Amino acid sequence: MYLNDVIQFAFKAMYGARTRTYLMLLAMAIGVASVILLTSLGEGARLYVTQQFSSLGTNLLIVLPGRSETTGGMPPMTGETPRDLTLQDVMALQRSYHIKEVAPIVVGAAPVSYRQMEREVMITGTTASLFSVRELHMASGQFLPEQEMTRASPVCVLGRTLQTELFGNASPLGKWVRVGGYRCRVIGVLEEEGVALGMDLSDSLLMPAASAQTLFNINSVFRILVVARSQEVMDKARQDIIDIIRARHEGEDDITVLSQDALLSTFDRILTALTYSLGGIAAVSLLVAGIMIMNVMLVAAAQRTAEIGLLKALGAPRRQIILLFLTESACLSMIGALLGLIFGLGGNQVLQLYFPDFPFQAPDWALWAAVGIALFTGLLFGLLPARHAANLNPVLALSGR
Amino acid sequence: MIKLENASRTFQVGDELVHGLDDVTLEIKAGEYVSIMGPSGSGKSTLLNAIGLLDQLDKGHYFLDGKDTTKLSELELAKIRREKIGFVFQIFHLIPRLTAAENIALPLTLAGVEHDERNERVNDALKSLSLSDRAHHRPDQLSGGQRQRVAIARAVVTKPLVLLADEPTGNLDHASGVEVIDILEALNQQGITLLLVTHDAELGERAQRIIHMMDGKVLP
Ligand SMILES: Nc1ncnc2c1ncn2[C@@H]1O[C@H](COP(=O)(O)OP(=O)(O)OP(=O)(O)O)[C@@H](O)[C@H]1O
Ligand SMILES: [Mg+2]
Repeated sequence: MYLNDVIQFAFKAMYGARTRTYLMLLAMAIGVASVILLTSLGEGARLYVTQQFSSLGTNLLIVLPGRSETTGGMPPMTGETPRDLTLQDVMALQRSYHIKEVAPIVVGAAPVSYRQMEREVMITGTTASLFSVRELHMASGQFLPEQEMTRASPVCVLGRTLQTELFGNASPLGKWVRVGGYRCRVIGVLEEEGVALGMDLSDSLLMPAASAQTLFNINSVFRILVVARSQEVMDKARQDIIDIIRARHEGEDDITVLSQDALLSTFDRILTALTYSLGGIAAVSLLVAGIMIMNVMLVAAAQRTAEIGLLKALGAPRRQIILLFLTESACLSMIGALLGLIFGLGGNQVLQLYFPDFPFQAPDWALWAAVGIALFTGLLFGLLPARHAANLNPVLALSGR
Repeated sequence: MIKLENASRTFQVGDELVHGLDDVTLEIKAGEYVSIMGPSGSGKSTLLNAIGLLDQLDKGHYFLDGKDTTKLSELELAKIRREKIGFVFQIFHLIPRLTAAENIALPLTLAGVEHDERNERVNDALKSLSLSDRAHHRPDQLSGGQRQRVAIARAVVTKPLVLLADEPTGNLDHASGVEVIDILEALNQQGITLLLVTHDAELGERAQRIIHMMDGKVLP
């Protein structure tokens, strides 16, 4: 029997039972589409996070107080709280030959007001070096001044969102705003930047680190951002940081140094695992679709008992009947998978329209896996009904007994 | 050409053994026209199914065209059915979603006959059974007599040696029944061996040879 006759036969049988065909195609398509959509979500999250971290700048190390388990070290045996990082620590780090730049970060929330307008926003205390560390750009005015790190001065830089909220279209440069109990002069406005490390600078007010410490009445630094001189000396820079801080903290290793790469690869692993598990969950719906195909094909074999008897009387051997039935389930799952691809990829496009910042992109492996599993379950679950049909006794099948 | 030797076929029904065929010895020559008659349950269909190789004997031998069929594999049996045997059934057994022409083409399609030749042979069959104008109708658009003619066309389109018809007129009115028998007889005239099971004595009498059956046995 010619292959194209086999396929035609299958298509006529599918067309002959339209309702069941549509239902099965739908089940398959939903299965494949959900694999694509869910893995796209996972993969999108991974790409999103990767982009966020890359926007932090290269050769970046992040120093935070306290030993963290993410570095693989033992948690402290004694219950002592880690020593805070101070601006003196930050200045000490600048002495390392392998370190190009250092920017302290002091954070806190405070009400910021200009005339009648008041908003509670995140205050970021830092130094002029953050500008190059975070690769920032100014919309107008200038960034925090180069000055002694421990010196407070009454100036601030506004993020774009904050600027519009407080000043609308008017220029804020030279205006005095009230921050908590202090006053400072606006000297610049930042260009719109992406959110990085959970720090949305566009909705923040930046002031010198020492000013922020005074404002919040603290001596500590929340994070230290360090830029190594080059990619090659990253490890040396990290070691210098650890050595310098240890010397200053009486021999205690009580900080954690994260590199962008390490963070990235951790997130990458987590989010890839997430993608796989989302894909796995969706694959269950494919399995369900496969079982549905099996059910429906069994019903079809029962409904077409007489036809199977006839095929045998006309000289079709068992294997030909298996072939005919398998082709039918293969066609069903193939067309279902194709529809699923269209729904899934189309769905991605639609979601992309609504969430332009989030990259909806199905990983290649998910496309192959979805279609592969669809075909595999279609064939696997088609085999049982096909064999059932082929094993029918032709005399009984024809007599309807 | 058809030779049964001590052929038996028994069915297990509950605790009982029912003799569908009971020690039947029978020979039918090529080109013969044989009608098989007998009361209901006498084994007529069982005999026809055995000859058509849809069913296998429990005991005895069946030689078709000189070849013992009792030891053949499923594949070989299918091949013989495909090449040498044509069936006509009481309830036609046409595939409802296929047109008349496609139904007739089915055995050729299954056998892998190439497209052009298939069309040619289907058209010939349609013509000789005066069904040409019905080629693209589906079975539900045809009358009973037309359906049976399509079924006959399907049975003979492969040019079999033997045509087995199990009560082909059972579902037809008298006029269409006579018409169908006329067609079968015409085919027999062209050389096909015709075995016809019928309840209708008048139609049965038209055969050269009549086999009477009773309780699975062929009456002498
Ligand atoms: N598959 C089967 N299982 C059990 N018994 C069967 C089976 N097929 C046939 N028989 C029995 O074998 C006997 C012969 O049956 P068969 O169908 O050959 O009769 P028949 O002469 O064709 O009757 P009818 O004229 O009613 O068609 C019957 O008693 C029947 O009940
Ligand atoms: Mg019968």
